[in-house]
Amino acid sequence: MNIAIVKYNAGNIQSVLYALERIGVEAQVTDDTAALQAADKVIFPGVGEASSAMHYLKQRGLDEVITGLKQPVLGICLGMQLMCAYSEENNTNCLGIFEEKVKLFTPAAGSNIKVPQIGWNNIFDLQTPLFSGLPENSYCYFVHGYYAALGKHTIGKADYVQPYSASLHRDNFYGVQFHPEKSAAVGEQILRNFITKVV
Amino acid sequence: MLTKRIIPCLDIKDGRTVKGVNFESLRDAGDPVELGALYAQQGADELVFLDITATNEKRKTLRELVNRISHHINIPFTVGGGISSVEDVQLLLQNGADKISVNTAAFNNPQLIRSLEKEFGSQCVVLAIDTRLEADGEWYVYLNGGRVKTETRCIDWAKKGVELGAGEILLTSMNHDGTKQGFALDITRTLATQLPVPVIASGGGGTMEHFVDVFHNAHADAALAASIFHFKEIGIPDLKQYLKEKDIEVRL
Repeated sequence: MNIAIVKYNAGNIQSVLYALERIGVEAQVTDDTAALQAADKVIFPGVGEASSAMHYLKQRGLDEVITGLKQPVLGICLGMQLMCAYSEENNTNCLGIFEEKVKLFTPAAGSNIKVPQIGWNNIFDLQTPLFSGLPENSYCYFVHGYYAALGKHTIGKADYVQPYSASLHRDNFYGVQFHPEKSAAVGEQILRNFITKVV
Repeated sequence: MLTKRIIPCLDIKDGRTVKGVNFESLRDAGDPVELGALYAQQGADELVFLDITATNEKRKTLRELVNRISHHINIPFTVGGGISSVEDVQLLLQNGADKISVNTAAFNNPQLIRSLEKEFGSQCVVLAIDTRLEADGEWYVYLNGGRVKTETRCIDWAKKGVELGAGEILLTSMNHDGTKQGFALDITRTLATQLPVPVIASGGGGTMEHFVDVFHNAHADAALAASIFHFKEIGIPDLKQYLKEKDIEVRL
């Protein structure tokens, strides 16, 4: 199988590549349009800031390449947020694959809730083969200050300040807010599911 | 719910674990990658690798080590020890580190934190602070691995560090480190309740009850320890089970 990871200016691309290696999957890191379009599966990772990432994608025409992909695509963290309609992070219009909006966590005044959320949180109301074999309330590793609201594309939830989308799905596009590449055995199962079970 | 994190710390010199470890199940107790992978498998939530190499080869050995760690370990890890420039950090992140920690270099040049935050985001910038309670009742910042005292109060430097862009604070109490008499609850509580970012408590953890205290009473977001794990005085699965029985949210 031919797996492509979208190469752009967001941080965790190597980590995703190594995580795939650990489960025995080879992948290529590329920003070449033809290579991305020819892949069987595409992973769109990301750690960083929304507006500079969108700017980078647009400059290189990668925004249209990604939205035009027909094979299964998995956005991770910022990758998933960029697949949404809009992000409050520097007021950024994103790719618009998912209609859900990305907002800043705003804990009630006086609460001791830290932003960004950093650490392991449970995911629930899990749907689609992406979560095949995983029990409800499995723990995944999250690092994010902005979140995608709940909506009709939500296929997994997490709770921090309020319930929000831990995972989104529309047609051939999937997104996860957490980092499967850093989420121990649970994350490996999700990556394996994306490679073998999502069609 | 977001869980409290348990973080084993590995001291590294010339690419090898130092301070000794006692695991019969390891082929090579000095190999930080093998030890880190074992902790990950046992349920550690993150790992910290602290490099104390002082040679000119430091950059190269650390880069190679980080690359090996990131190939083999499936949980997040932080690398620290003598990091002093954006270039240092770039090299480590490119080789797969999730976060880096800065200490003395950031104190001497606070703009380093801002540069790192701008370049890589606050989520990967951990500000490590070594602190000691003095006779005047104040906690002061120490540098160079605890050898150099400053006149700056711990809380003041922590607040400034967060303003500059640090995404987490790794707080080590020199009064408690190595004593196994419990974490420094008061200064940990001060930082954990006054700062808008997570605080990792370090130094003094000797019993499972100490971890309950630092989470329940001092509101730490994570707790770090070294030798109690290396010498199997406390097993990570046992510790997390115990914390869960005490109604502390952990990942099991």
